Amino acid sequence: MAALTIDAAGLRKDYGGRTAVRDLTLQVRRGEAFGFLGPNGAGKSTSIKMLLGLVKPTQGSALLLGQPLGTREVRARIGFLPEHFRFYDWLSATELVTFHGRLCGLAERVLRERVPRLLERVGLGSHRSKPLRSFSKGMMQRAGLAQAIVNEPDILFLDEPTSGLDPGGRKLVRDVIREQRNRGATVFLNSHLLGEVEQSCDRIAFIRKGEIVGMHEMGDWQADRAEVEIHAANLNSAALARLSAVGGVAIVSHEARKLRLRVPNEDCLPEVVRCLVESGADIFSVVPQRVSLEDLFLQTMGSDPGL
Amino acid sequence: MNDETIDLQIAADDRKQLAVETPREARWDASAEADAPRGPGIFGTVMLMARITFREAVRRRILWIAAIAGVAFLGLFAAGQHAMIRSIPPNVPAINRREGIGVMTLMVLYAGSMMTSLMAALTSCDTLAGEIESGTIHAIATKPVCRWCLVLGKWLGFIWLLTLYVLFIEGGTIAISWIESRHLPPHTAGALGLIWLQAVLLLGVTMAFGTRFSALTSGACTLGLYGMAFVGGWIEQIGALRRIKTCEELGIVASLIMPSDALWRRAASIIQPPVFGSLGASPFSSTTEPSTAMVLYTAIYAVLALILAQILFERRDL
Repeated sequence: MAALTIDAAGLRKDYGGRTAVRDLTLQVRRGEAFGFLGPNGAGKSTSIKMLLGLVKPTQGSALLLGQPLGTREVRARIGFLPEHFRFYDWLSATELVTFHGRLCGLAERVLRERVPRLLERVGLGSHRSKPLRSFSKGMMQRAGLAQAIVNEPDILFLDEPTSGLDPGGRKLVRDVIREQRNRGATVFLNSHLLGEVEQSCDRIAFIRKGEIVGMHEMGDWQADRAEVEIHAANLNSAALARLSAVGGVAIVSHEARKLRLRVPNEDCLPEVVRCLVESGADIFSVVPQRVSLEDLFLQTMGSDPGL
Repeated sequence: MNDETIDLQIAADDRKQLAVETPREARWDASAEADAPRGPGIFGTVMLMARITFREAVRRRILWIAAIAGVAFLGLFAAGQHAMIRSIPPNVPAINRREGIGVMTLMVLYAGSMMTSLMAALTSCDTLAGEIESGTIHAIATKPVCRWCLVLGKWLGFIWLLTLYVLFIEGGTIAISWIESRHLPPHTAGALGLIWLQAVLLLGVTMAFGTRFSALTSGACTLGLYGMAFVGGWIEQIGALRRIKTCEELGIVASLIMPSDALWRRAASIIQPPVFGSLGASPFSSTTEPSTAMVLYTAIYAVLALILAQILFERRDL
């Protein structure tokens, strides 16, 4: 049975006269990796904080794991790696993860077995006794990841988990996300690194100016937004006018010999080519284009540059 | 329609069906919930936070630096008192000799009380405000713990630290005085308790400020109130000596706003040599002894400051 781990309806957060989140309405299913994307200042962190119970919504309601936000029962089953994480840097990595495990109520017996294993998993096995103040940013991020999964959470919130990580570290985060999903956990990922999101997530939502403006299954926009790039000479206005008459075809851009079209599917390409040829165009190539998540992000966000 | 589309359609249908047939609260199966640990509980959280707060003071060398400074403070007092005692001619009556030793001890106790107050305000101003500002608290407050327990735990950790400090500095002062003169001032336990309460009061107030203001502002607010209470105490003493009612009333109002100085004056009045009370107003002594009701008021104030810190921290956005 599909179940919703996050079910938010109309969450809103106002700070005085400023609205940080206007309308957060989303459902996240159990066991999926969900990417949450938006420009700086779009309300991503406030949205996560509301879901985690750190910030009280001004309006709206939400359930996490079927329970109201912020209850102790819910918090026992979530893990969180904050964006601007700061930990007690006078603790060693082992002490940090043990401390957070104790805060989760884990038994000492469990911690003795789990903490060394987790630190080994995040690549800090040989640094487990060193104080965090001697760690690089990437090592701190790994320690943060270990504390976030120490309680084997049902939902794991990762706020910019790969910032500051080298390629090896990024792969580690992707692997950890996959392992958590294989365990049945839901992963809620907020990241600016769209490539990471594209590789890790099943579904994404775009937030702009505090409002969800788009939600996609990963890659579904490829079907909706098939695009082709045509290199051709003699692309006259008559040719372009005829193209517009072909059902579902839209001109995305036209520069000199390069024409980019959005088409409903690849089946209509022969018709497109025929139109162009009959209008006198000389076609050199027709190349189907993949719409990347970054393309989709930029198209969705429009001219919003973020803050 | 491909398999993936069918799966998505089924998932969408499931969602619709769930929304229609099931209340939102019941959409999650309860088995995982039953297995999940429920957090460390109230006592566990408080002790965990108290231990980590105390350990922070040790690891950040706050405790050790305070101890070294304290040793220097006590060493200076011991050397000074030893020299003073040796300089007293043998024909001076024992009672006058004791008074002299008592005066010096009281002055050092006053300095110790000020150091303890500063220690309470300066070490704790960063604990909530700093962790809120830096975001350290985010990873902690999202664990299955009550926020008010986090505040209580931190408070308890600082209480351990301040208790050790009071015992070391003020207890050490009294011990040195006894070793040098074989004279123990009266009501030393009571006086130590009052100085300790002064530190507890300032700790609670600083933590309450720390839930709303930055670390620097919280420390500045507390020390500002402490300074106001100090001046208020002086005004009250001068008012009592000169019988100026307005001054006395101003002092009382200042004590009600921040009763820290009243606690020192009460401690001084029960421990000071008789000659001191007759010398008139001075920062080290007390001409007017604050009442037991004032001490009770202060104790309640300290508890309320802690409760206020807990409520404010519980309610604020992090």
